[in-house]
Amino acid sequence: MMQKKTLTSALLTCGLALSGPALAQTPAAAPAAAPAEAAAAPSAPVAMASGSMLGNTCAGCHGTDGNSQGPATPTIAGISSEYFIGAMTAYKSDTRPSTIMARIAKGYSEGEIKAMAEFFATKPFKAVPQESDATLAKHGANLHKKYCEKCHEEGGTSTKDDAGILAGQWTPYLSYTMEDFMGGKREMDKKMKKKLDEMHGKTGDEGIKQLLNFYAGRK
Amino acid sequence: MSNFNRREFLKLTGGAIAATYAMSYGSFAIGGAQKKVVVIGGGIGGTTVAKYIRMADQGVEVTLIEPNKEYFTCFMSNEVLGGERAMDSIRFGYDGLKAHGVNVIHDTVSAIDAAARTVTTEGGQTLNYDRCIVSPGIDFKWDGIEGYDATVAETIPHAWKAGPQTVTLRKQLEAMKDGGTVVIAAPPNPYRCPPGPYERASLIAHYLKNHKPKSKIIILDPKDKFAKQGLFIAGWKKHYGYETDNSMISWVSGVGVEKLDAGNMTVSSAVEDVKGDVLNIIPAQKAGKIAFTAGLTNEKGWCPVDGKTFESSIHKNIHVIGDASVADPMPKSGYSANSQAKVCAEAVVALLSEKEPPQPAYVNTCYSLITPDDAISVAAVYNLVDGKINAIKGAGGLTPGYDKTTMDMRAREVKYAHSWFKNITHDVFG
Ligand SMILES: Cc1cc2nc3c(=O)[nH]c(=O)nc-3n(C[C@H](O)[C@H](O)[C@H](O)COP(=O)(O)OP(=O)(O)OC[C@H]3O[C@@H](n4cnc5c(N)ncnc54)[C@H](O)[C@@H]3O)c2cc1C
Ligand code: HEC
Ligand code: HEC
Repeated sequence: MMQKKTLTSALLTCGLALSGPALAQTPAAAPAAAPAEAAAAPSAPVAMASGSMLGNTCAGCHGTDGNSQGPATPTIAGISSEYFIGAMTAYKSDTRPSTIMARIAKGYSEGEIKAMAEFFATKPFKAVPQESDATLAKHGANLHKKYCEKCHEEGGTSTKDDAGILAGQWTPYLSYTMEDFMGGKREMDKKMKKKLDEMHGKTGDEGIKQLLNFYAGRK
Repeated sequence: MSNFNRREFLKLTGGAIAATYAMSYGSFAIGGAQKKVVVIGGGIGGTTVAKYIRMADQGVEVTLIEPNKEYFTCFMSNEVLGGERAMDSIRFGYDGLKAHGVNVIHDTVSAIDAAARTVTTEGGQTLNYDRCIVSPGIDFKWDGIEGYDATVAETIPHAWKAGPQTVTLRKQLEAMKDGGTVVIAAPPNPYRCPPGPYERASLIAHYLKNHKPKSKIIILDPKDKFAKQGLFIAGWKKHYGYETDNSMISWVSGVGVEKLDAGNMTVSSAVEDVKGDVLNIIPAQKAGKIAFTAGLTNEKGWCPVDGKTFESSIHKNIHVIGDASVADPMPKSGYSANSQAKVCAEAVVALLSEKEPPQPAYVNTCYSLITPDDAISVAAVYNLVDGKINAIKGAGGLTPGYDKTTMDMRAREVKYAHSWFKNITHDVFG
């Protein structure tokens, strides 16, 4: 994950678009990609299942087509394939904290993860119905604009970037995630850390609460 | 194509050519005959397979036969026993399935004729099928415990099929005096939900600890080890004084209950007699009755299948999924039944248009609650290797022990267990 991030930002600075093939060439991904290629070859001992076959196994926890019924497990429908691949790779290599995903992600090759990424990226994200406090959400909207919108575009609804969907995601999941970020357990994009630290310095935990109410308020 | 005359072409329509057509027009494209699938059992496996066939191909006519209008999930029924959850929240109906275009018939299947490809119900209906899928769950081996049978189980419940017996057992726990003894007779392997009896003991203990703290739970177990044992024992030590003088739970291994004296509320094993105020006897298990009637079982009482399609190794065109099937190393769980159903659905849709069934993928996870704030899980990812279901090495495994995790992470697993419940039931019945 460290390696990927460093490389990713290096690529971005050079003005290169971050695409699947570019990712696959990072040193971290290369060794794991080999078995996936082997699996695709006709003589391979284990053929690769399709993205839908693989993706359907996740529905028991993430909901049909990745739209979670909650109360906590995140929706993974509609997330960008870059973000998906990054998340699964991080779980697989134990560089992102989890209760269970590290155990699940280790069951998949690079090729299988890519196939699932494509499967989930095509499924429409459905914002989940959750309660939120309108006043807190209003403050949250301002904080989002100031500190987060740059990367989590369109009020945190954008699927275009590689940053994950925030608005309309289950609040308990986002809350755990913010705890993990701020507790140093989940690695943060350096620039995001700067923004978050800056905001937290001013607002304290109240700011986080306001943000979460803003994200929960998406209809 | 030009090498074939029209008749030969028709004979071949099941082949690759038909497959191409089927993709754009559904299964009735050729010959006009709609393919028929009959699903037996509207539990986790059956309902999922019926829905996913219709999701994959609306051209297939799917009929599901299930006696009950309502299904109560076994999963989370232990929370009902612990008083943490209402029966209503584990009750599901078949409107969702009907909305997917599945014909739902409330009846019991009495026979399957594999040669004629027909299914007959107790209500007197006979249905034809191209493919039949059987997901009848489990039945009990009543002859293993003298004095225990289906009638006695109405007052001394197994509660291993959720429903009225879950309510009965909960009421008995509520009525029990403080200082009473609950006896749980655990079943021998293999049985549905390997960690289930121990989760049940945990959640009953949680209830007793808060409401009847002088009470005890004795688990009489014919096995000498059980699923998630290390995690359960550590949890019992942490929360229920396990192995202290005040231990709320005792686990007695190697003691199978052989006899019940219902009048004296006493169970007997080869070693000793134990008297209880509430008895929960979970008998040894086998595939649901219809699997026997239809000749789908092996000498051990379960249904051998091909792991790629779940087609019976005994009868062609009949598939068996869920608890009744032999799907080792997948355990008999709801997650397994749901996952197997999707593999089976894709295989059946392919086979109906004479295509090669796709490469399968499977997952299992079982969450167990030790307290309402402390849950554990076991997970596994499977693929098909040399025609056999294979647990992928290096993946899956257990929640870490207390020394390697935090109570915050355990509490998250509770939230995620409840999410699993919402998502799987929606995936099945929604
Ligand atoms: C206490 C307990 C806790 C559990 N907890 C979990 C858990 O946390 N996670 C998990 O994954 N699993 C859990 N399970 C296991 C899970 O409930 C089963 O593995 C799952 O229900 C199996 O699905 P199935 O389709 O094989 O059978 P079932 O869901 O039992 O469905 C069988 C259906 O077939 C019908 N049927 C039977 N015979 C006929 C016939 N002749 N004609 C028509 N219909 C018929 C029955 O009425 C029934 O509706 C638990 C089980 C118990 C007992
Ligand atoms: C047993 C339940 C379970 C299963 C099965 C499961 N997940 Fe997860 N998933 C979770 C939980 C819980 C989280 C939150 C992280 C954690 O604690 O593990 C999560 C998080 C994720 C995330 C991160 C989402 C984000 O916004 O960053 C992705 C991606 C993901 N899972 C993909 C998958 C895929 C793909 C599968 C199927 C191959 C799968 N999961 C199967 C429970 C599950
Ligand atoms: C400089 C860009 C940037 C800024 C600014 C930024 N983020 Fe992020 N954020 C990212 C990236 C990149 C990721 C994906 C990290 C990964 O792949 O693990 C991410 C991930 C996240 C996630 C995890 C999503 C999930 O599904 O798990 C959350 C939550 C989040 N950001 C919240 C915020 C908040 C709140 C702010 C404002 C205070 C913010 N971010 C500002 C770039 C940014």
